[in-house]
Amino acid sequence: MPRKKIAEFSIDYLQVMDEGGVVDQSLMPNISDAQITEFYRYMVLGRVFDEKLFSLQRQGRIGTFPQAKGQEAANLGAIACLKKDDWLVPSYREYAGLLYRGVPLSRFILVFSGDERGNSHPETYRCLPYCIPIGSQLPHAVGIALGMKLKKEKNVALVFMGDGATSEGDFHEALNFAGVFKVPCIFVCQNNQYAISTPISKQTSSQTIAQKGIAYGIPSIKVDGNDIFAVYAAAQEAVSRAREGNGPSLIEAFTYRLCDHTTSDDSKKYRSQEEIAQWEVKNPIARLRKFLESKKIWTEAQEAKLLEECSIKIESAIKEAEDLGIPPLDHMFGYMYQEMDQQLNEQFHYSKKFEGK
Amino acid sequence: MAKLNMVQAINQALRLEMKRNDNIILLGEDVGVDGGVFRVTDGLLQEFGDQRVIDTPLAESVLIGASLGLGMYGFRPVVEIQFSGFIYPGFNQLISHVARLRNRTRGSLSCPIVVRSPYGGGIRALEHHSESMEALFAHIPGLKVVIPSSPSQAKGLLTSSMRDPDPVIFLEPLRLYRAIKEDVPDEDFAIPLGKAKIVQSGKDVTVISYGAMLWVTQKAIAQIGYKYGVELIDLQTIKPLDVETIIASVKKTGRCVIVHEAPRSFGVGAEIVSQINEKALYDLHAPVERVAGFDTIVPYYKNELKYIPSEERIIAAIEKVMEGI
Repeated sequence: MPRKKIAEFSIDYLQVMDEGGVVDQSLMPNISDAQITEFYRYMVLGRVFDEKLFSLQRQGRIGTFPQAKGQEAANLGAIACLKKDDWLVPSYREYAGLLYRGVPLSRFILVFSGDERGNSHPETYRCLPYCIPIGSQLPHAVGIALGMKLKKEKNVALVFMGDGATSEGDFHEALNFAGVFKVPCIFVCQNNQYAISTPISKQTSSQTIAQKGIAYGIPSIKVDGNDIFAVYAAAQEAVSRAREGNGPSLIEAFTYRLCDHTTSDDSKKYRSQEEIAQWEVKNPIARLRKFLESKKIWTEAQEAKLLEECSIKIESAIKEAEDLGIPPLDHMFGYMYQEMDQQLNEQFHYSKKFEGK
Repeated sequence: MAKLNMVQAINQALRLEMKRNDNIILLGEDVGVDGGVFRVTDGLLQEFGDQRVIDTPLAESVLIGASLGLGMYGFRPVVEIQFSGFIYPGFNQLISHVARLRNRTRGSLSCPIVVRSPYGGGIRALEHHSESMEALFAHIPGLKVVIPSSPSQAKGLLTSSMRDPDPVIFLEPLRLYRAIKEDVPDEDFAIPLGKAKIVQSGKDVTVISYGAMLWVTQKAIAQIGYKYGVELIDLQTIKPLDVETIIASVKKTGRCVIVHEAPRSFGVGAEIVSQINEKALYDLHAPVERVAGFDTIVPYYKNELKYIPSEERIIAAIEKVMEGI
């Protein structure tokens, strides 16, 4: 009765473009220059938007806001692989990618200024609203993907999470369920190495997050999350696998948040300036810009024009959101059920008496 | 018309509604090959196939969370949680997502799912199998809570739940699963949610109950015979509560006893007393009485019947509100 090895696993790491913007052509996915430029435009829009909302929060014009600075490639690279009929299930640090998907800027401003109307009609973009309870969105994506499979569609569901979410039960339940039913679901973990203050070393003793997918029979890979091409290549592979009926995948996009957890956080308490500076160098936007400039498809003049366009778009979105004013009171009661029951109706009429008082 | 017990009646409701609506799918642990540990889903896998009757991994959170995804994607998932005591790993999905989806998307998406689960005591079960936690669910804005008390009622209420546009927690009293048989119409029929049933009319005292306790209450009333005119109300739906029927009855009788198996404090009884206080206080001839489980852990089965309201406790409460007549 010998003792023998019955299973063996390994995890690939993928980087296509190094920190200097130099690409390994043998690994480079097939993307047109126009599409790459488009990626860049939305990454910059995401970044400018991020910084603008931070200042709006400081001015008291919006409430608490989670920034996503530094993670633009990790989310946009994956979202760019989706088609119109696919569903996207975000966490809350994916602005660049969501903007690329077509979600209007004003919706985020509405949400973070305390107005649920920013979440309405998610079916228009096939993108669910952001999700605050960590990891609890993963089962939803699995359910949508199961629905796609039962309807025999070729669509996929793509869901985001952070590294902290991989400690939640929902991560494990969702991956296990997805693996068992081979649903067309792509799990993308933006591993920015911190769950608020908790470093990844205290989150897990696994060498990688990717390997957690292996336990559920799910093809998994770790990529340089600040390299848009690596994220895109891995996501393309995962999306194709799902569309062909070969089930889910897990992508660990290794990245760093160049900002606090939210506007209420101060990351200086748990991260050194040296560490942040090291990651500034790996900035995904600067890296892609170097690539574009080396290919002579991006100029200083284009950059200046883009920044100006971004500001105009954002200013107009802020105005659009602020012009909407305070949501009517009947929204609070009217969307609890398809029909308001007697108790709610009584409470609604009672609350109206005090409106504006 | 056939004589069915509650298990058979629920099975029939599921079968008829699955025939009527292709979007209904059943999900749960052991619901397929095994037909459910109580055989509620017996034969449905054979009839509808494994795309509509889905045996899932043992994971309540993803079971309920994935049902949200299926629900917003056009399906009508009917989830079985094997015992209500095992629903709590999925509680976060219920409270944080299922109950909120319609509201937070301003009505764009909804979550028409039914979570079925056996609940309540009285069958000498193991620990964690006997609790009555309906108030927890009723307290969550966005959910509906339904509890049947008879086979045909279970069929009619479950049918309505499966047609409801909003999430419904459907709690099936374990004690009644096989305890009673009654004539159940063969065809599908729906009993509207949010409506209580006046089981018997009376002018002296309103007695309100639901689920398995309705039967104990009926026995208690039978024991005191025609001494008082008892108006017995079966809530059927816990939420939304049919306050109108309750208040109309209490205004008529001026006395009220509420019977439930769930813990006494902060429960359905407390809510009913509050409603009476707000809308019929000056019609009362006596303080409202609650006969309930205690604020204790449900004891292991040797003492179980000391926890669950008995006929004697119900009679004592009725006598108390009738004092001085």
